[in-house]
Amino acid sequence: MFRLQGSKVLAVDMTGDAVKAKNGSMVAYDGQMAFKKMTGGGEGLRGMVTRRLTGEQMTVMEVKGHGTCYFADRASEINLVNLDGDKLYVESSNLLATDAGLRTGTTFTGLRGASQGNGLFTTTIEGRGQAAIMSDGPAVVLRVSGQYPLSVDPGAYIAHQGNLRQSFQSGVTFRTFLGEGSGEAFQIRFEGEGLVYVQPSERNTIGGDV
Amino acid sequence: MTAPVIFDPHSLPSDDNVNKYTFCVELKSSQWFLQKGKMIAYYGRIEFNGIGHGRLDRLLRTSFHSPLHAGDWVVADGSGKMLLADRAFDVNSYDLDDGNLTIRSGNLLAYQPSLALKQSIVPGFLTLIGTGKFVAASNGPVVFMEPPIRVDPQALVGWADCPSPCHHYDHGYMTGVLGGIRSLTGLGGTSGEEHQFEFVGAGTVLLQSTEVLMAEQATGQVASEPGVPGGGQGAPGQAGAAPRLPGQLGDLQRRFGL
Repeated sequence: MFRLQGSKVLAVDMTGDAVKAKNGSMVAYDGQMAFKKMTGGGEGLRGMVTRRLTGEQMTVMEVKGHGTCYFADRASEINLVNLDGDKLYVESSNLLATDAGLRTGTTFTGLRGASQGNGLFTTTIEGRGQAAIMSDGPAVVLRVSGQYPLSVDPGAYIAHQGNLRQSFQSGVTFRTFLGEGSGEAFQIRFEGEGLVYVQPSERNTIGGDV
Repeated sequence: MTAPVIFDPHSLPSDDNVNKYTFCVELKSSQWFLQKGKMIAYYGRIEFNGIGHGRLDRLLRTSFHSPLHAGDWVVADGSGKMLLADRAFDVNSYDLDDGNLTIRSGNLLAYQPSLALKQSIVPGFLTLIGTGKFVAASNGPVVFMEPPIRVDPQALVGWADCPSPCHHYDHGYMTGVLGGIRSLTGLGGTSGEEHQFEFVGAGTVLLQSTEVLMAEQATGQVASEPGVPGGGQGAPGQAGAAPRLPGQLGDLQRRFGL
């Protein structure tokens, strides 16, 4: 059972079950806990090779026991996500913990990843349960529906879930090359039905200065 | 677990804060000025144009008065809702009613075109004049103070109305032989608080609650004229701007509105 202790610490109450968490993110626990590093994120040999090839490496540990375990990472804000059979797409660097029952994997993101500057691949989480994702500043959750597509700055995007199509939108004109660019030259456009998580801060992206 | 609030275009506030760090602007075929790269997401049809766009020239003439600084600003134009944020700093909106406010250039995030933005005589500061709303970022919540007051240079965000800003030094502590040794060597302890900004007169002074400065935004060089403070220092052009590509004319080009 995931809950937030303040906005920057994740508390997980466990009764013999297990969670997967970013390696070294445990800050405290009470009760009996066992920590085990999961080679290759617990995705087997194939997953390990895929992660190595795609650059979506994450070192994950499995925590199992009775009691409460607390997780935190570099004072990032933590956001809880409930998954009910749908798929969450998140950058591996923004993932803090998931229920052990959730399947994780990697997927190709296309140009979006390139524009964010963190690779062409992203991590997916699938199943029923909870996950905790990190953001720089509390994330804003935005609903996308058929009527209301959403455009997001690649640097502020952290995750999305649901049935969404993403396309890459560019506002580069000849003015960009004259040095009169708008600074908002690249956006990711989400269409379909789902939720998008954005953080109130922008990573440095290739498109950021254009 | 408390479910996170999910926003859609209807539940997002109009021209108000979504949370402490995110601000939502509603555009109804209207325009807003914003600093480059501070938009994080938007619904609807919104266009972002660098200033210097021909169509926006008239708007520019009425509400933008630092032509050499234009490259750092963008006009958002269209209909929809747009979210603004800046490096997870606190974001707040302020209303000006036929007033004036001077603000550190790095703190100003966005403003309505009904306000006019001008370079302040004080280098590195910008002045907003008129009636309208603007959005400013600060490191920690902003505190409002009444002059007379002395403030730490790093905590100053801006001031409104007419207090007179000047330097204040702790002369008793800094002068003399001992003072010289102290400031040169640090021996005997410097408190780091020997120099303040002093404000006197009627008005309001805005402070942020930390001494971490926001990155300065180039405000553009002023003409090198006798009597103009900060004029004619260094090479003309904008320090910190993106490197100029070959073929770009930069400031000259901006001045002629190409």
